[in-house]
Amino acid sequence: MDTNHSRRQLAAMKQSLFDQGLLDEQFIQLEELQDDANPNFVEEIVTLHYRDSSRLISSIEQALKERNLDFNKLDTLMHQFKGSSSSIGAKKVKAECNLFREYCRAGNAEGCMRSFQQLKKEHAALRKKLEAYFQVSRV
Amino acid sequence: MIVMANNKISALIVDDDSIIRKIHKTMLERLFNIEAETVKDGKEAVELCRSGANFDIIFMDREMPIMDGAEATKQLRAMGVKSTIVGITTRAGGEDREEFLAAGSNHCFEKPLDRAKVEVVLREHKKFTI
Repeated sequence: MDTNHSRRQLAAMKQSLFDQGLLDEQFIQLEELQDDANPNFVEEIVTLHYRDSSRLISSIEQALKERNLDFNKLDTLMHQFKGSSSSIGAKKVKAECNLFREYCRAGNAEGCMRSFQQLKKEHAALRKKLEAYFQVSRV
Repeated sequence: MIVMANNKISALIVDDDSIIRKIHKTMLERLFNIEAETVKDGKEAVELCRSGANFDIIFMDREMPIMDGAEATKQLRAMGVKSTIVGITTRAGGEDREEFLAAGSNHCFEKPLDRAKVEVVLREHKKFTI
């Protein structure tokens, strides 16, 4: 695969992620920090994010198993998750975080569970797409 | 006595999230040539300043364990710290902003910090010309 082809493919992939509302401007801000001395900066940040966010997902899952939900604890965990997602520009995931937090504030357990399932789906879907994106960027 | 002229702006990033610390530090260094130290909560920031460290600008996250950003800002001002303090919150407008400004910060922005926001801060700083 020649460089021009993969560059075009990369641009198209990125555009698609934006068109689908999966990424926002923050992703572009991260790319601006990439240079010849640090050519993999964005991938490094994204990798760190998925390490942190996986840990947070486990913690939230544990917390949701409790008989009496601690909505404050859930809100705090989700606040961290949202912050981490914002830092890579994960627009749709961020929106799901906000929804989850609204349910927390309303003390709505079922709403929390539902929105968490959706959030995990979005999180996994974006992760897969970003992995594919970085794979092409390394060509 | 030889005095070294140092026009580089010094910054302190205070945030409990290691990714945010890395992003903001990289942004300040790569886009603005600002040297940035990082700490992970308000208490560490206060202790660092108390030990004699001086910073032109302190970027202070709002929500942190041990000591949050507003409380740290209050303590720094009470200690006589004159640095520009930039509060950073995840909540747009409202209570956080008022709390930060009342505590003595110079600015309050929504996370994440970006080029435009840093430029707003630097325009007010005497050491820097854009």
